[in-house]
Amino acid sequence: MAEAAVAAAPTLEIPPAPDEVPLLEAVSITKLYGDFVANDAINLEIWPAEVHALLGENGAGKSTLVKMIYGLLQPTAGEFRWQGQPIVLSGPAAARARGIGMVFQHFSLFEQLTVAENVALGLDKAELAGLDERVREVSRSYGLPLEPKREVWRLSVGERQRIEIVRCLLQDPKLLILDEPTSVLTPQEAEQLFRTLRVLRKEGRAILYISHKLEEVRALCDTATILRGGKVIATCDPRSETAQSLASMMVGGEVGAVRSDGAKKLGNPRLVVRNLNYTPDDPHGVKLDGITFELAAGEILGVAGVAGNGQDELFAVLSGEALADDPAAVRIDTRDAGRLSITERRRLGAAFVPEERLGHATAPRFKLSENALISGHAASPMVRRGFIDRAQARAFVDRITKAYDVRKGKPDPEAVSLSGGNLQKYVVGREILREPRLLVVSQPTWGVDAGAAAAIRQAIIDLAARGAAVLVMSQDLDELYEISDRLVVMCAGRLSAPRQTRRADRGEIGMLMAGVGMKGTANAARP
Amino acid sequence: MQLVLERRPERSRVMALASPLIAVALTLATGAALFALLGKPPVEALKIYFLDPLRDPWALQEIAVKATPLVLIAVGLALCYLANAWNIGAEGQFLIGAICGGWLAVKTHGTDAGYWVLLAMLLLGAIGGALYAAIPALFKVRFGASEILTSLMLVYVAELLLDYLTRGPWRDPKGFNFPTTAEFDAVATMPMLIEGSRLHFGAIIALIVVAGATVVLGRTLKGFEIKLVGAAPRAARFAGFSDKTLTVVTFLISGALAGLAGIVEVSATINHLQPNISPGYGFTAIIVAFLGRLNPVGILIAALFLALTFIGGESAQISLKVPLDLTKVFQGILLFYVLACDTLILYRFRLVFAPKVAHGVR
Repeated sequence: MAEAAVAAAPTLEIPPAPDEVPLLEAVSITKLYGDFVANDAINLEIWPAEVHALLGENGAGKSTLVKMIYGLLQPTAGEFRWQGQPIVLSGPAAARARGIGMVFQHFSLFEQLTVAENVALGLDKAELAGLDERVREVSRSYGLPLEPKREVWRLSVGERQRIEIVRCLLQDPKLLILDEPTSVLTPQEAEQLFRTLRVLRKEGRAILYISHKLEEVRALCDTATILRGGKVIATCDPRSETAQSLASMMVGGEVGAVRSDGAKKLGNPRLVVRNLNYTPDDPHGVKLDGITFELAAGEILGVAGVAGNGQDELFAVLSGEALADDPAAVRIDTRDAGRLSITERRRLGAAFVPEERLGHATAPRFKLSENALISGHAASPMVRRGFIDRAQARAFVDRITKAYDVRKGKPDPEAVSLSGGNLQKYVVGREILREPRLLVVSQPTWGVDAGAAAAIRQAIIDLAARGAAVLVMSQDLDELYEISDRLVVMCAGRLSAPRQTRRADRGEIGMLMAGVGMKGTANAARP
Repeated sequence: MQLVLERRPERSRVMALASPLIAVALTLATGAALFALLGKPPVEALKIYFLDPLRDPWALQEIAVKATPLVLIAVGLALCYLANAWNIGAEGQFLIGAICGGWLAVKTHGTDAGYWVLLAMLLLGAIGGALYAAIPALFKVRFGASEILTSLMLVYVAELLLDYLTRGPWRDPKGFNFPTTAEFDAVATMPMLIEGSRLHFGAIIALIVVAGATVVLGRTLKGFEIKLVGAAPRAARFAGFSDKTLTVVTFLISGALAGLAGIVEVSATINHLQPNISPGYGFTAIIVAFLGRLNPVGILIAALFLALTFIGGESAQISLKVPLDLTKVFQGILLFYVLACDTLILYRFRLVFAPKVAHGVR
């Protein structure tokens, strides 16, 4: 790192006046993952002494952009300029040498080591002298009280975050990137963090602040860049916007083509969830708190929300991968199902499509015909008296292939060899061809090309039209507006009251997703 | 220029077959070097070790006899390992199987019990091994204790139990104070396949077990469950398979097979209990399982090869005056190479001529 700093010196000798050029400028930055455009010609200017918010839903491209700024990813096209000069950020070391520091959402600390030892791990040997004193000094002058000699395992989450911040500050950064820093903090800790950030701004440092909490952004930030679908939607002064207007920019103002068959006849309630509480084993999981809703035969219910607000836990409890305490909290067709296994729920006519198609919905190194058994063994002629009928399994794969146009190199390849879109069509087809009476599907079209996405949405709509009840969890609000009859919003382990999708206001939905106006929302991520 | 290990886009089928062969070749090369260091002619030594037994009818028979317990144990271990359950204590389950079956032989000794005795002994051996394997499995699923440690430690408990029984309560009063039980009666002895040879009916049992395991793994839902839990735990949970239940089930099966191997070995080749009834079959079977790629038929071949190292080791001890422990060294080296060569299935070596320089700042 020291060498890199020396190499960087010549450009630093002639810094243009800070008021004339941005500290960091992204010029038409594009990042492709295969065919998927994660960042589409992003332009962004970050000025010294500015707290700049990067706003967007999950999947809007925030992380991709930030990772490129920190050198973890390389752009496919476009360039970064640092104080007006084009630069290549070949890695985090190069970024740090420039003066870019980053505090990640997930900390990388050794629990058994002390604060000072953890800080020392990121430094060169030459910088270690008098480290304790410097840690103490930096932490005091920025209002981040830390005791260098304490072991990390004794510290609260907020204190741990301070270590990460101090670690960055010791390198005297010009630009500090914070990735959803308050998602793990209590309101009081967050308030203290804001004070620190204001001090840093006063010193002339720039801060790139990633968040989807609108009130916070309005209170703290000077500028906000809003991303949606990998594009910059707007750059604005958040203080002169309302949370409402920011939310509608974040989730898209224009209402998509909504189905107009309003007079849809719904059947009996098929999935009834009453006051469902669930505490996951994983301490980082989200607690489900009093989830209540009804889903009728023929209906598509959309669950909107930013990822990590309890969707995974809700999916697990509905599918039976995790069990509720109260058997009656989940009822499928009037049967108490809260304590039934996923196999028993499948036998009741339920089917499930998890978010992750590789590793969860399918085993990567298993053939498609073997993967057919994962959900098919519960009730299908593929398994008879414990023996697998391979011919039946292969025939089932052929049916899926034909019905959902799954493109594959050979008749029965390993799941891992399929493209994302084709594998997703296979997984959705595998469940829908069983003609379930209830389908719970999470992120049906995540990272799938437009053609496959349309096919999958159509299949879901057709299934509901045949009388099945469908629950769709998605972070793609456009998708939910397109296919769902009613919408609920999930935030911090709670569910909002349902709304008719046709009458649901995007701004209001966006606010609920950001936790504004959610009745009694607890900060579930709080330790 | 540098050598880098890079991930293959997909698993190499060629390497899946070649890796055990490469491992054997590397073991032989290392063995030759070892012999040279010991001052023995390397080529001659390898010939005595690995080729001469194959030309001698007696040795060939002996290889089959030694391979029998290895196959029985290793097939069970393969089921465990495929399901990501790490039973390292087959040696202990082998001994407990021998003790449980041997108990009946000791108790019916000198009575006019019929031929049911042998069948009951085999059954008791399997049950004993299964129950002994259940201990680490239950500790694992109930308390999260590492089954690797607990199953291994229980080996020493079993060894000391056998030692105690044969020196104490079960010792043959007419045995001149040797720590052995009385010789088993004819009804407690495994019948031989060929009269006057040592090739016994246990070899047939081993072949049946191989066939059975092949069917279970290839054709049944249970086999699919075992493979899925090991290969993709999250997908297995989604399929409704419980990894905890499966840990217990595979431990029970492998314990039963190890226990069966123990009582087969004792009733067929030793004919009494004594403190030392196994040259480490339970541990060698771990090597067999991996060398056989956790595939029942592969295990059959691998067990014959490992049995060869036992026989070759004995003759090398006689004609070359090398220590018998060299056999264990060979087996250890072989396991090392097998595991190392498996890397080649998913990775490949590549020479990079222009080393990539991390250009920090332009």
